[in-house]
Amino acid sequence: MFGKLTWDAIPLDQPIPLGASALVALVMIGVLAWVFLKGYVPYLWREWITSVDHKRIGVMYCILALVMLLRGFIDALMMRSQQALAFHGPGYLPPEHYDQIFSAHGTIMIFFVAMPFVIGLMNFVVPLQLGVRDVAFPTLNSVSFWLTASGSFLVTISLVVGEFARTGWLAYPPLSELTYSPGVGVDYYLWALEISGIGTLMAGINMATTILKLRAPGLTYNRMPVFCWTSLASNLLIVAAFPILTAVLAMLLLDRYCDFHFFTNEAGGNPMMFVNLIWAWGHPEVYILILPAFGVYSEVISTFSGKPLFGYRSMVAATMAICILSFTVWLHHFFTMGAGGDVNGVFGILSMVIAVPTGVKIFNWLFTMYGGRVRFTTAMCWSVGFMVTFVIGGMTGVLMAIPPADFVLHNSLFLVAHFHNVIIGGVLFGAFAGYNYWFPKAFGFTLDERVGKASFWFWFVGFWVTFVPLYMLGLMGMTRRMQHYDRPEWYPWTLISMVGALLILTGIILQVVQLFVSIRTRDRRREPTGDPWDGRTLEWATPSPPPVFNFAVYPNVSGEEPYWGMKQKARESLQMSEEPKYTAIEIPRNTPTGFVTAFFAVVTGFALIWHIWWLVIVGLVGAYATFVVFAWRDVSETEIPAAEVAKIDRANRAARNAELIALQRKVPA
Amino acid sequence: MNTAAVSHAPENSEPTSADGPASRRIIVGYGFWIFLLSDIIMFSAFFAAYAVLNGATNGGPGPAQLFDTNSVAIETACLLASSFACGMASLAVAEQNQRWTQLSLLATGLLGAAFLGLELKEFSSLVGRGAGPTHSAFLSSFFTLVGCHGAHITAGLLWLGTMMAQFYAKGFRENIQHRFACFSLFWHALDIIWIAIFSLVYLNGTRV
Repeated sequence: MFGKLTWDAIPLDQPIPLGASALVALVMIGVLAWVFLKGYVPYLWREWITSVDHKRIGVMYCILALVMLLRGFIDALMMRSQQALAFHGPGYLPPEHYDQIFSAHGTIMIFFVAMPFVIGLMNFVVPLQLGVRDVAFPTLNSVSFWLTASGSFLVTISLVVGEFARTGWLAYPPLSELTYSPGVGVDYYLWALEISGIGTLMAGINMATTILKLRAPGLTYNRMPVFCWTSLASNLLIVAAFPILTAVLAMLLLDRYCDFHFFTNEAGGNPMMFVNLIWAWGHPEVYILILPAFGVYSEVISTFSGKPLFGYRSMVAATMAICILSFTVWLHHFFTMGAGGDVNGVFGILSMVIAVPTGVKIFNWLFTMYGGRVRFTTAMCWSVGFMVTFVIGGMTGVLMAIPPADFVLHNSLFLVAHFHNVIIGGVLFGAFAGYNYWFPKAFGFTLDERVGKASFWFWFVGFWVTFVPLYMLGLMGMTRRMQHYDRPEWYPWTLISMVGALLILTGIILQVVQLFVSIRTRDRRREPTGDPWDGRTLEWATPSPPPVFNFAVYPNVSGEEPYWGMKQKARESLQMSEEPKYTAIEIPRNTPTGFVTAFFAVVTGFALIWHIWWLVIVGLVGAYATFVVFAWRDVSETEIPAAEVAKIDRANRAARNAELIALQRKVPA
Repeated sequence: MNTAAVSHAPENSEPTSADGPASRRIIVGYGFWIFLLSDIIMFSAFFAAYAVLNGATNGGPGPAQLFDTNSVAIETACLLASSFACGMASLAVAEQNQRWTQLSLLATGLLGAAFLGLELKEFSSLVGRGAGPTHSAFLSSFFTLVGCHGAHITAGLLWLGTMMAQFYAKGFRENIQHRFACFSLFWHALDIIWIAIFSLVYLNGTRV
């Protein structure tokens, strides 16, 4: 009846997983109870869960990322403390548990923190910067989000019911084959990633179509903000890379479920083919993550330097060069495969070449700051911190792109330090910069700068204190994923690294404090004009938070930095532009389709993991029925009357006019 | 007409992307094209796996001993005829002719189902001869590549059924016509993939 699922799946005999899962369950039940008792359920259902508004969906993506960041960071703390304790001893985590923790840490941080964070920012910002009212396919957008949430929910269930993979975050065969991993851990991994991967693919298709086909009148390609360009490159990479992930994970699933032989040791299977295919997805994936972050830095640095971005065209060219080159370097993840000197040489050189466009970008940001009036806000701190950190991370990467050096450093902690250096210093810092920069746009009030900067400094210092020791340990020969060791010269470095992790923990706590304090004092922090940073791109032309239709009338773009141009004109003439003629706006109706699809995806995924075949059929029939019901709907849009549109827009115009009058008083007549 | 065109596109004009958001028809078709590209990339991963594992027969039979090109030729004919019927359906939809739409879609579906039946027959005969997907890496990759195409056809048949029901119940509404355009693209794209399978797997495998 319930397949492989029995009471043994709940880890009643292991105190640490049981305690952790009890805590997670308590927090989840607590939040649900609070929401229910306070009577927020109808509001959440109406305004958020069924919402097809790209801004709401973007915010939900970011919330998902922040919650999963806490989960992934607890894993990180456990790993660092285990290594700090496990000198000449077993530490406190048994190997089978430690292995699950580093696998879950990597999987969660990449798929359920970094991905949702950058997709959330793109979702929120791109349609606003393009001057349009929504993404190309609003309902599909909701489905994408909820599928991603389904994947992270399955990973979270694995904490309580069963186990997670012990194979590392990419589940290399033959270790991940049924012979060596007979438990459900790898199945949790595979189905969670298949489900969320399909969500990501749909999000990529949606966003690429949006950028290519929905832009405000006059917003040609060579006028698009750089964040839109980097988002375009990132989403094209999603479209081109994620199908490979779907395919390769499907092959491993067939091996495990149907006794196929793609990657087995027997019957002619080829485990290295898995490694090749997964990195053909995996290397573009790191650029899928970093390119939108580059876009965030471009916006933040330009705004807070009070200057247009230096070398706009070279920035666009560099972005698209990275987009293409990212598909030509995957083999540098396994030079040790033994492909021979010629192949390794080609991939080594291409890996170094890809550093060139990245270097172009760094210089562009530096020259944007040069001669500008730089305002060191929290978002700007993250951006400058990124430039320092990322350049060093990039250089250790170029170092490892040399095959002979890689043979020494492969699978060592040097590698671990390198990719944390670029992913934390590049992607995460960028996500935090974007979070601080666009938060007032999403909620109408600014985040606290003082606590924000404190959190930045703890993160920044904590990062270096954590990962410089890992570079050292890697050079001293310590390999990654070690549960215990007996080399006395490694011991001090693991202790220092633990201290660094605690500094980062302080940074994270301060971020929570920042959010809490800012919400408590939100009435003092309100920003009526919608343009708190003196911005340059179209999202700042809307009220904060923007109305559901974003723009009362489509903005007419006549140059780069369209909003800056409009604003300068108003400032020079000390006059607002003329009031436009308002018309009724049609917006897509909210629908629970995404949520219902996700519900059936979770049911199907869970049933497949535990071999509950009748439930698989129930889940699939449910998903098909959802599709038919959605196709059958007759009314897909609602209309916002012109009077309502006018009311919202006039309120914002009044606030902006007040600002202008204040400016007028300062300027002598 | 002529003057409008001239005034719309004077010399040294901005590109047409400057005109603002595209129409719904363009957006839907464009987005679906991007989906099809991603789908083709997924197939290319399965093709790559097949190419790598082609010789890994585990001492068992290889392509030359297993494939029956006659049956595959009939399958191909069914699939191509099905696409032709789908093209006829597009014309009928453009004419908003319910009877011809339903008839051509029915023909599309029946021919697709015939293709699927022949494919299943081939699969079961292979399994019956002890050449199932669990026998060798080569057979695993063969069944996966061809089976993935078959799974797409199956999904397409389900979609086709809902399209017929939608035309019947809701008429030729604009958004349903857009959906049908997507279905038609999907069905033709599966032909392209089948032609690649036919050439690379079957013809290449049985060449002497």
